[in-house]
Amino acid sequence: MIEPRESLLEVRGLRVEFEGRAAVDDVSFEIAPAEVLGLVGESGSGKSTLARALLRLVPAAQGTVRFRGTDLLRCTGRALRRHRRDLQIVFQDPLASLDPRMTVGETLAEPLEIFEPTIGTRERRTRVAEMLERVGLAPQVAGRYPHEFSGGQCQRIGIARAMMQRPELLVCDEPVSSLDMSIQGQIVNLLSDLQRDLGTAMLFISHNLAVVRHLSQRVMVMYAGRIVEIAGASELFAAPVHPYTRALLAAVPDPAAALCPPGEPLVYSYER
Amino acid sequence: MSATLWRGAAERLRANSAAVAAIWLLAILVLLALAAPALNPNSVETLDWSRVAYAPGMAHAHWFGTDRLGRDLFVRTFEGARTSMAVGLVAGAVSLSLGLGFGAIAGYVGGRTDYLMMRIIEILSGLPLVFFVIFLTVVIGRNSYVLYASVVAVGWLTMARIVRGQTLSIRRREFIEAAVAGGAGPVRVIWKHVVPNVLGPVAVYATLMVPQIILFESFLSFLGLGTQEPHASLGTLIAEGAGEMEAAPWILLAPGIFLALLLVSLNVLGDGLRDAFDVRETA
Amino acid sequence: MSAAPTVAATERAPPILRVDALKVRYALDGAEIAAVREVSLDVAVGECLGIVGESGSGKSQMVLAALGLLASNARTLGSARFEGKELLGLPLAALNRIRGSKLSMVFQDPMTSLTPHLRIGVQLAEVLVHHAGATWSHAQRAALDMLERVRVPDARRRLRQYPHELSGGMRQRVMIGMSLMCEPKLVIADEPTSALDATVQAQILALLREVRAQSGLSIVLISHDLGAVASLAERIVVMYAGRVVESAPTMELLRAPRHPYTSLLIECAPSLHRPRLDRMPCLLGLPPSPRDAEIGCAFAPRCPRVTDRCRVQRPPLRRIDEVAEVACHHPLAP
Repeated sequence: MIEPRESLLEVRGLRVEFEGRAAVDDVSFEIAPAEVLGLVGESGSGKSTLARALLRLVPAAQGTVRFRGTDLLRCTGRALRRHRRDLQIVFQDPLASLDPRMTVGETLAEPLEIFEPTIGTRERRTRVAEMLERVGLAPQVAGRYPHEFSGGQCQRIGIARAMMQRPELLVCDEPVSSLDMSIQGQIVNLLSDLQRDLGTAMLFISHNLAVVRHLSQRVMVMYAGRIVEIAGASELFAAPVHPYTRALLAAVPDPAAALCPPGEPLVYSYER
Repeated sequence: MSATLWRGAAERLRANSAAVAAIWLLAILVLLALAAPALNPNSVETLDWSRVAYAPGMAHAHWFGTDRLGRDLFVRTFEGARTSMAVGLVAGAVSLSLGLGFGAIAGYVGGRTDYLMMRIIEILSGLPLVFFVIFLTVVIGRNSYVLYASVVAVGWLTMARIVRGQTLSIRRREFIEAAVAGGAGPVRVIWKHVVPNVLGPVAVYATLMVPQIILFESFLSFLGLGTQEPHASLGTLIAEGAGEMEAAPWILLAPGIFLALLLVSLNVLGDGLRDAFDVRETA
Repeated sequence: MSAAPTVAATERAPPILRVDALKVRYALDGAEIAAVREVSLDVAVGECLGIVGESGSGKSQMVLAALGLLASNARTLGSARFEGKELLGLPLAALNRIRGSKLSMVFQDPMTSLTPHLRIGVQLAEVLVHHAGATWSHAQRAALDMLERVRVPDARRRLRQYPHELSGGMRQRVMIGMSLMCEPKLVIADEPTSALDATVQAQILALLREVRAQSGLSIVLISHDLGAVASLAERIVVMYAGRVVESAPTMELLRAPRHPYTSLLIECAPSLHRPRLDRMPCLLGLPPSPRDAEIGCAFAPRCPRVTDRCRVQRPPLRRIDEVAEVACHHPLAP
């Protein structure tokens, strides 16, 4: 366990209710500065709800979310908005997370307008161009609209927007799940590079275990709103403890496995 | 604002022959209303007692004839058209702004605020409007401000409802969440993200709202509550003409036809705009 | 696990589905878009064929074209023969007799494929009534049997429920059940598990395997997920930019892919059984758009083995042995 005073983000007893039941139930964890914490779980596990609750996009019923000591759940208005500079999110559907009526340049300039309103147009344009290059896009695309780009490129734009203010923590909610498999690696490698270059901590949420394993130092497994296992990445994947984790790992269809003699996969049925 | 949204819509509009015809018709009507009176030497108010209730003819350039008081109908018809169009435009713009602001705030903020705002709209919708106008006229007196106020009172309620509905439908979309997560305050979100994205359907309804406003103004004028003598609006002219229908049918004809053409072209254009904006621009 | 490949199955009996030089083109904004540039493939009786490809590969468009499910502005050329009978250009009545009964399809998102306002039991029974002229009571009994066959627990209660009351996995089971109601000879499943979680996906694939073992029907499984396809199909066809780039029995394809794209696809497929690398394998760049003109090999811009010849001359699909084909100037050595 990380020493509480060192952690960047400390979540205790978080509970989010949805339609009467607990979508996130008594969740506690920490993230250290520049650490990547993976979060795996299937649909209905509550992982996306957790991400949104951390960003105050959905209301939490109970619990605390301490970011550098300040409880974000008790912040309101302008104070909360100030903290948003350091805590950003990348969404699952790249195209839907971009305003269709704004150009890429306008979308990327918005964080600058919000948090650095005094900088001039020319500097804004330079900063936007820099960020576009950093995420692997040509600066000229600033004048185009989201629908002119592919899914992978839209996700690069989404990442660029999130990184404009160099946040200390980036929440990635299934950032590659809707992309082609051959493109997923591009985005994962980009996130990995950014993480290394800028020292950004990440909460990386995905149902894709191999991707999570690649990026994360520690991994949490979520099921029915609760954390059922937290461990270092290599330990979790090598020797999972919780039966749900084992079932999850066994169920991933794997071409490499097709070449090995198969064991009978543990499959749990928990369909409602 | 998205150039491609408007460009795509403009292309589809151009392809819609009925809408294009409507635009042309509208342009002609506006041109006539503005320029036609210059062609005619008569003035709006001059009473020509020698030719009272004159049938349309070439004498003295009374091309549309004269009314009961000997006033030239050609000039008066187009003055009436100008008045009606001005009311439609100005009151339309004010209704649009009021409705847009109210609806966007109610739809986005939600909760108690939305609840209260909607109750206000419902109460105002329930008030019998004509009594309201009469009340205002009694209190303030007859002038064009009362007229404009009453007409705006009609238009903005529906616009507010429409905008609120549109706002509700995009409020949960991810790019709105992204803007909030990015630190945008409610004002910025509404102004920069909500409004541009509802503008498409709003533009359509605005175009359809204008004929309603013009019609309502005509109705008020018909009742004697709107435009006052010696000024004319299409409504007052039609009211006069209705009274003289048996003896001098031409008094009713010109303003009636103009109003009908104006309303039809606006409605067809509105339908065309709705079809043009309907296609979502998902790649 | 897929069964041992039946070599030369195609030689024994005529294929149940034969697609020959199928092309699909759209006219849009004055330009022509080639969704499917040219595809030829066979599905043997009793075989499970997997079609793997990514966005823009044309894999879905191809089967939709074969079944006559495309929009009116699509132009389909070539041939698609089911049990020897040409499907393209078939009049609607004749097509409807085949679709849903002898040849059925399972789509990706069961929420949009199932009618939201009709109960499950009604939708299942309707298939039999409409296609086989069964009586309503007979069809309802068959619907119950089918739900049990596709392992929907508490089937009798589920019959009376609406689609939105079921989970994604359950809905997909119902879809599969619907496709099986008339005992089809061929089921085409287009991304049947893409919207589902991994554990549910495993169950659905197991179900398809079981159904196949019971009735010996042929399956065409289309997916972007190589792992899912590999676990079910005996033979795999890989598509890229509207063409077939490789086809081989599953084991052979995975062990020794010939086409560089296939090899990279295998590397990119997320796997927990391989050691963690420093960089996640991926393909650079983007797949070509159907709007682009085709000059040389479509994969050339992204291929690690590209030469000048690849950039100007499109490699034809060549048979390399009895069961495999590849379209490459410099295929990988086995």
